[in-house]
Amino acid sequence: MSRFWPRFGMVVGIILILIWCLLPVVWILSLSFKSEDSIINGNPGFLPSEGTFAGWDNYVGVWENDQFRRAILNSIGISLIATVLSVALATLAAYAIARLDFKGKRWVLSIALAIAMFPVVSLVGPLFDMWRAFGLYDTWPGLIIPYMSFTLPLAIWTLSAFFREIPWEMEQAAQVDGATSWQAFRKVIVPLAAPGVFTAAILTFFFAWNDFVFGISLTSTEAARPIPASLSFFVGSDPFNRPASLLAAGAVLATIPVVVIVLLFQRKIVAGLTSGAVKG
Amino acid sequence: MTTTTAPQKGRARPGSDRLVAENRLGRRLVLPAVIVMLFVTAFPILRALYLSLFDYWLTAPDDRKFVGLDNYVTALTDPLFWQATGVTVFIMIVTVSVELVIGFGFAMVMHRLVFARGVIRTSILIPYGIITVVSGFAWQFAFSSTNGFINEWLHWVSLGNFPVDYNWFGDTWPALTAIMISEIWKTTPFMSLLLLAGLAQVSEDMIEAAKVDGATWWQRLWKVILPNMRAAIMVAVLFRALDAYRIFDNIFVMTAGAQNTESISFLTYRQVIEQFSFGMGSALSVLLFLSVLLVAFILVKAFRVDLAQARQES
Repeated sequence: MSRFWPRFGMVVGIILILIWCLLPVVWILSLSFKSEDSIINGNPGFLPSEGTFAGWDNYVGVWENDQFRRAILNSIGISLIATVLSVALATLAAYAIARLDFKGKRWVLSIALAIAMFPVVSLVGPLFDMWRAFGLYDTWPGLIIPYMSFTLPLAIWTLSAFFREIPWEMEQAAQVDGATSWQAFRKVIVPLAAPGVFTAAILTFFFAWNDFVFGISLTSTEAARPIPASLSFFVGSDPFNRPASLLAAGAVLATIPVVVIVLLFQRKIVAGLTSGAVKG
Repeated sequence: MTTTTAPQKGRARPGSDRLVAENRLGRRLVLPAVIVMLFVTAFPILRALYLSLFDYWLTAPDDRKFVGLDNYVTALTDPLFWQATGVTVFIMIVTVSVELVIGFGFAMVMHRLVFARGVIRTSILIPYGIITVVSGFAWQFAFSSTNGFINEWLHWVSLGNFPVDYNWFGDTWPALTAIMISEIWKTTPFMSLLLLAGLAQVSEDMIEAAKVDGATWWQRLWKVILPNMRAAIMVAVLFRALDAYRIFDNIFVMTAGAQNTESISFLTYRQVIEQFSFGMGSALSVLLFLSVLLVAFILVKAFRVDLAQARQES
């Protein structure tokens, strides 16, 4: 009997976690298969009721919408470029923080911490002004730069936590064994550091993909508008009745990259989120 | 972190050439990152500070005139500002408290998990990774009286007492509830992962010893487990609280500030982008920035924790 209750609690706990995490996802998926007509008349209920199942119609509708296709392209391009640049800069900084003794190290860490807590909205006004003066308004670089600034703190922390764990003596050992410094770096250090860099890249990508504030305030056309902004401005033919099922289909499409990354790299993401976060 | 070796400690002899070179290299390596971070934050916030002293509308940029602290006086005497601040603080306190409790429950389950680890980890990361706007839409439609399922389910659970056509977005409290549920749903996984990492650091021997001494489950939780993961709880609360204080996306998508659900971030955004009132908007930006600093300061003082240390030093 005493074995039964903990096990029972565990199973209940697992079921609760699964319901919590997946119910809204299943809901938006279900919504995306309801027909547009039935939404206008009101179509409550979790699953599409009889005769209101739309098949792939909503997905086709969303995909044929130029603005939305453009937004997906923008989001992928902007997020990837921001991720690569941010991780590159963060790698340099994190190496210095983890490996070198220099004055101002604490200062750099404090800046990173302060920026992680910065209220993004308070920058919208001045950046809007500055970006229009610099010609960066409504362009890819206009979003890439702020994304870099705001992902650098996270990338620096994650990476410096990873870099601290690397046995750097191995580099010298390889050199003693006759490897050149470049070989020692490429064959020994890079493979050890790569998982950390990769994890930082995933977290950075998530941030850039999720951003909304910069996306709505620093763009005005589909030239640079990313998916979250595009979804929120997507009103359809009737501005007073948002096309819920079309939006749901768009939301599902915007979520696919996230789900794919999570499925492939869940272990790395968890390690990255918790490394450097809890070292009291 | 005990595996960290620190060869640099031995190398650092005061005044040696090596130290000077290391110093220079270290600074060079962090410089690009620091410049990018400051370019988009420090410079604009200083500009906001400057602009906040003017009566300045983007619609009439040439009529800019110096008004001193007038914008601040107007903002701070306007009930709208305090209303938004109240809503923001309310959302912050409620969401973080609920997340802490549920997140801890999830962390306990995940900690003891012997099977289905991958499945649970994957599902818990999905809310974390999903776009906030998508979460906002999902919950807005779920609460919708015409197309949602929640009213129907509540109607069924309450044996027909809950009205099927209840309008969640017709009044402040229900609308805030919907917003907070979306926020809590999306961010609890993050909280639970941080707490899980803290839980993993509590020594099993100590819990076992307490068990042998006859402590009940409840006593073990409060006297052994929680005190030993204090640092993890504080970091989680601090980060989530500051995040919740900046709430914007969910409000924008779900109510657009209607029914007095405006947060301080949303109010600032509306002044700047929709009204083009840059002088007033800048003053609000500065106030928002200062209030975040104040919240951070209060939390750090209350927790008596050196955050840079908690996050960085092992």
